[in-house]
Amino acid sequence: MEETEYVIKTIKFGILSPEHIKKMSVVTITVPDTYDEEWVPIPFGLMDRRLGTLEPLQRCETCGERMEQCPGHFGRIELARPVIHIGFIKYITMILQTTCSECGRILLDDNSIRRYKDYYLRFKNKKLHYFATLINNIVVKKASQASKCPHCKATKLKIKFERPFSIIEEMNGESKILTPYEVHDRLKKIPDEDVELLGFDPVYARPEWAVLFTLPVPPISIRPSITLETGERSEDDLTHKLGDIVRTNEKLKQSIESGSPQLIIDEHWNLLQFHVATYFDNEIAGLSQSVHRSGRPLKTFAQRLKGKEGRFRSNLSGKRVDFSARTVISPDPFISINEVGVPYDVAMRLTVPEKVTQWNIDRLKEAVRKGPNELGGANYVIRPDGRQIDLRFVKDRNVLADQLEPGYIVERHLMDGDLVIFNRQPSLHRISIMAHQVKCLPGKTLRINPMVCPPYNADFDGDEMNLFVPQDSEARSEMETIMKVEKQMLTPRYGGMIIGALHDYITSAYILTKKDTKLSRFIASYILGLAGYREPIELSNEIKGREIFSKLLPNIDFEGKPLAVFNEEDKKLVIKAGRILSGVIDHNAIGDQKAHTLLHKIYLTFGPEFTKDFIDKLGKLLIGYLDHYGFSIGLDEEDLPDEAYANINEAIRKHLKKVDEYIEMYRKGLLEREPGATVEETLEQKIMDELNLARDEAGKIAEKYFNQDNSILITAKTGARGKMLNLFHMAACIGQQSLRGKRITRGYENRTLPHFKKGDISPYARGFIKSNYKKGLSPLEFFFHAISGREGLVDTAVRTSQSGYMQRRLINALLDVYVEYDGTVRDAEGNIIQFLYGEDGIDPTYSFGQEPVDLDSIIKDELEK
Amino acid sequence: MKLSKYFVKKLRNEGVSEYVIRKLQEKLSTYQEIPTKVLKKIVEKVIEKYNSALIEPSENIGVVTAQSVGEPGTQMTLRTFHFVGVKELNVTLGLPRLIEIFDARNKPSTPTMIVPLKKPYSQSKDKAMKVAIKLEELLVEDILTDHETDENAMEVILYLDKDAMKSRDVKVKDLKALLQKIKNVKVLYSESDPSVIRISPLQQLNIKQLNKLKDRVLNLKIKGISGIRRTVVRRVDKEDGTFEWVIATEGSNLKDMLKVPEVDRNRVYTNDIFEVYNVLGIEAARIVIIREAMKVLEDQGLDVNIKHIMLIADAMTRTGKIKQIGRHGIVGEKPSPLAKAAFEITTKHLYDAAIRGAIDELKGVAENIIVGQPIKTGTGKVKMYFDIMKYIENLAS
Repeated sequence: MEETEYVIKTIKFGILSPEHIKKMSVVTITVPDTYDEEWVPIPFGLMDRRLGTLEPLQRCETCGERMEQCPGHFGRIELARPVIHIGFIKYITMILQTTCSECGRILLDDNSIRRYKDYYLRFKNKKLHYFATLINNIVVKKASQASKCPHCKATKLKIKFERPFSIIEEMNGESKILTPYEVHDRLKKIPDEDVELLGFDPVYARPEWAVLFTLPVPPISIRPSITLETGERSEDDLTHKLGDIVRTNEKLKQSIESGSPQLIIDEHWNLLQFHVATYFDNEIAGLSQSVHRSGRPLKTFAQRLKGKEGRFRSNLSGKRVDFSARTVISPDPFISINEVGVPYDVAMRLTVPEKVTQWNIDRLKEAVRKGPNELGGANYVIRPDGRQIDLRFVKDRNVLADQLEPGYIVERHLMDGDLVIFNRQPSLHRISIMAHQVKCLPGKTLRINPMVCPPYNADFDGDEMNLFVPQDSEARSEMETIMKVEKQMLTPRYGGMIIGALHDYITSAYILTKKDTKLSRFIASYILGLAGYREPIELSNEIKGREIFSKLLPNIDFEGKPLAVFNEEDKKLVIKAGRILSGVIDHNAIGDQKAHTLLHKIYLTFGPEFTKDFIDKLGKLLIGYLDHYGFSIGLDEEDLPDEAYANINEAIRKHLKKVDEYIEMYRKGLLEREPGATVEETLEQKIMDELNLARDEAGKIAEKYFNQDNSILITAKTGARGKMLNLFHMAACIGQQSLRGKRITRGYENRTLPHFKKGDISPYARGFIKSNYKKGLSPLEFFFHAISGREGLVDTAVRTSQSGYMQRRLINALLDVYVEYDGTVRDAEGNIIQFLYGEDGIDPTYSFGQEPVDLDSIIKDELEK
Repeated sequence: MKLSKYFVKKLRNEGVSEYVIRKLQEKLSTYQEIPTKVLKKIVEKVIEKYNSALIEPSENIGVVTAQSVGEPGTQMTLRTFHFVGVKELNVTLGLPRLIEIFDARNKPSTPTMIVPLKKPYSQSKDKAMKVAIKLEELLVEDILTDHETDENAMEVILYLDKDAMKSRDVKVKDLKALLQKIKNVKVLYSESDPSVIRISPLQQLNIKQLNKLKDRVLNLKIKGISGIRRTVVRRVDKEDGTFEWVIATEGSNLKDMLKVPEVDRNRVYTNDIFEVYNVLGIEAARIVIIREAMKVLEDQGLDVNIKHIMLIADAMTRTGKIKQIGRHGIVGEKPSPLAKAAFEITTKHLYDAAIRGAIDELKGVAENIIVGQPIKTGTGKVKMYFDIMKYIENLAS
């Protein structure tokens, strides 16, 4: 089998000329039906065998090939009367408006034509299409203003386009519809050079070709019929439409031949025009849609191409591939962050083609012996002559395995260490698609390390992810060098670590590195062993948690500010030569989606490979420790002593009283309005400020009563999960509920619920919730809470569609933009967008925040050396 | 400590940007004496770090940019309104504002200006307030308690608000003179009833026309800058401990604002991109796009490198006109019919390509994806050949 590689250099667009249509057509369709009673295609019908074949084993009557090889052939319909192509009608009108109906020249004098022509050609030859189009537009604008032909002095009549498909000429206030014959005659008169100046291509798109005398009939491979389960046959929408056209055409032909009155002929002609128009586009303004028997509008050509589900966006821009898998994901903290756990079942279906060489022949022989149903086997063997052997049907695989020699290709099962592409939708940024190493595991789900969740924005509540297996070494080498997880740990958005510790890892790190955490030798060696630490450790029976954490650290200096400050000494995290001297490790040191962390520094100093290993070890250590420690959250964590509740109630009462005072002042007209606001707005603002103060103060009081080892407090303060506000909501007071940033006012007339008096604007009547989640909400409070909650849901739903569209537009606008070797930023045409990327040529991935280089630390490091 | 000329030259020769050199000098100036040996090390380290952070050639930076701005978009709140410093002024922020900027709409939904003042006015609140009131656009409508059309007498009746007139320093005489400027009307005012002005048209009008006349009267500008609907004076404390009074406005009119003598013209700011473009030109408009977009992202607490916004702004302003990110702008002006058809309004672009006899040269990313060929940026830009003979020769030697 010989293969030649072709590269498509350019694609030329144009209009099919009548000669071309005739030349490529193999049959003239005159019968509007498809099959006869025995399901044999009717000759000269819409399913004529000469148009190609879709039935297996049958040969095409034109080329003699089978279904797989025959691309199908065009037929044609000879229209009894010409019709105008609906898609070009606006362009035709424009041409008729700008040219003389008698001599066919543009309605400009020779001098201007020559001048414009000059400019036009100059721009066109330099490929300045934008300017060339500009000239076209000027010519059209100027010419359409003329009232007399400067060439033959004929008067120019006004020409208008009228929906849906008429071109109208106005003469002395009377309007006359131009027939397609007249339109065709006029268009034909226009010389090539004038056509060109109006924006048409005179060779590939003469305007008169837009008036159809013959209609091409597409091959049946474009409009296959489908057989339903019931055995019923159903034709494609296009076939239906073509049937309408042929039927109308035949009727028109008959009435012309039988000498019917002009009125009848015109009626048929109009109907033909309608059918041909809807055949191209079934959503024309001012035209009723052509429908299927069931009332469903037909999907004709324009509908096939248009929109999200159309040919362009769905089939041409979106590629679908084999060698891919998709299932639910679940966590496995004991695999590396650059691995993906693949179920055995999946691994035995996905294959990698591997060429047999002297170095891998033994392994591949073994794979062939194992066959398709054992892990580590193979599914197909391709012989050097190109024949593919399916191992499912090979009787003795041992024989085949012995035949194997260099030159054979074995499609072997996925195995540990293979690189695969892993992806989760929506693929909003490039780190939504990364390369992982395969690890075959029992089970039915794809497994990932929880620490690679942030780039994918994945969780395990039922998320599914996709996996793709590359089929050649070029793809594999690109994945190896740029797509692997460890090479994508920095995000170009802000140049920080996207991968890092999260949730329980942070909690564990904090508890482990707390000043007073001490571990027994047994536990210490257990978790260090888990992390793969193989050096001897001290014999002391009380080892500081910090020391254990430090054992994993490379030789690095780091200073940072922990999020969690429980005591004065922890205010600053200091690491010198890989040892924690003070401070705790929390989200600010090893957290995800953060720049300038300890992890970030390790990455920049020691590189991707090392950082990956470090994170893996760290993860195992922290998981191991938290397992031993036993960390959980219980309902009693939100308990406060009675004294605290009393204080909170008192605080809230105090603020509510203040609100009452404001309302009283407002009622008496004593409230002073703030600049730029009405009195009512001022009052609302004051009440809202006051109620927020009430909630904050309640929280502050509650905070005093929490222990330092309160689990929620730890997770909130270390940045592991949640904010302090969530804790206050649970333990103290939920506070004001809002709708569109204001207190809740809608519902009944002048009141939110019938439980309140009309005009009541007191806090409780406007959605203030005094209770906390622990205590529970009153029915009224619950109602207000639901209002706010619903707003949140609606908000997310609307936002995703809006931001999705924004991103689509951004991508479409900028997808060709790249950095040239000279440092300039250019688009596909080579137009310069920036002379130096970002004004200094620095990649934001590797910059220090908004600064190109971290000067402070360079100076400091060097001075201290 | 100062950076010697030798080092500056060295940094420059190695391609380090002026900005970094300047920053380095600033940083070093806070230190006392640094030994030349250490200084040399520092300079070398800066050069090394700078060059290692350079962007790679053929990097598909457009997509990276679009993703870096688009992805945080999903995290933004839809909350439309926010207060700029002063709670009295509403300004659109969040995702709607970001879309508005990239859409290159003619008018922002909430135009505002920040107007700093020249010395004596910026130092006292009273003086600043006086300027602020002067700036505010005052329409006839603003000094009325009520208005109506008398359909029997065919007159427009205005009921004057004496307090408002007094506080805004408008005299009846001036108002009358202003109204008299309207063509074909008679202004009736009697001393006996000083709160009523009647406007009677000289020609016969129908009711629709009369209402039109009323609208016209109500929207007459008495004084101020047109478009400036409200002003708020605000105190701004600076880092060096000084402060100044600044006027924030609702509504924007850069051209007229620059003509006000009390205003510090060098620092006037408006969020209306097209106004800046028309008054100050494309470079200024580019900076406003960057600033406004960054403001939105920062306000939402989203960390995005400014280079991404800069690239978008450059793409929008490259041709000297502000182009939208979308079908009427950057995408719509691409030469490739396939790229345009794959974005929006598919059929129109195809018909257009057909009559023009357009040629798609398959230079861009979208086109090559459509025809199923490798794209020509990133790793697709380079080809690698393996010279096997050379390899063998090397092995042999």
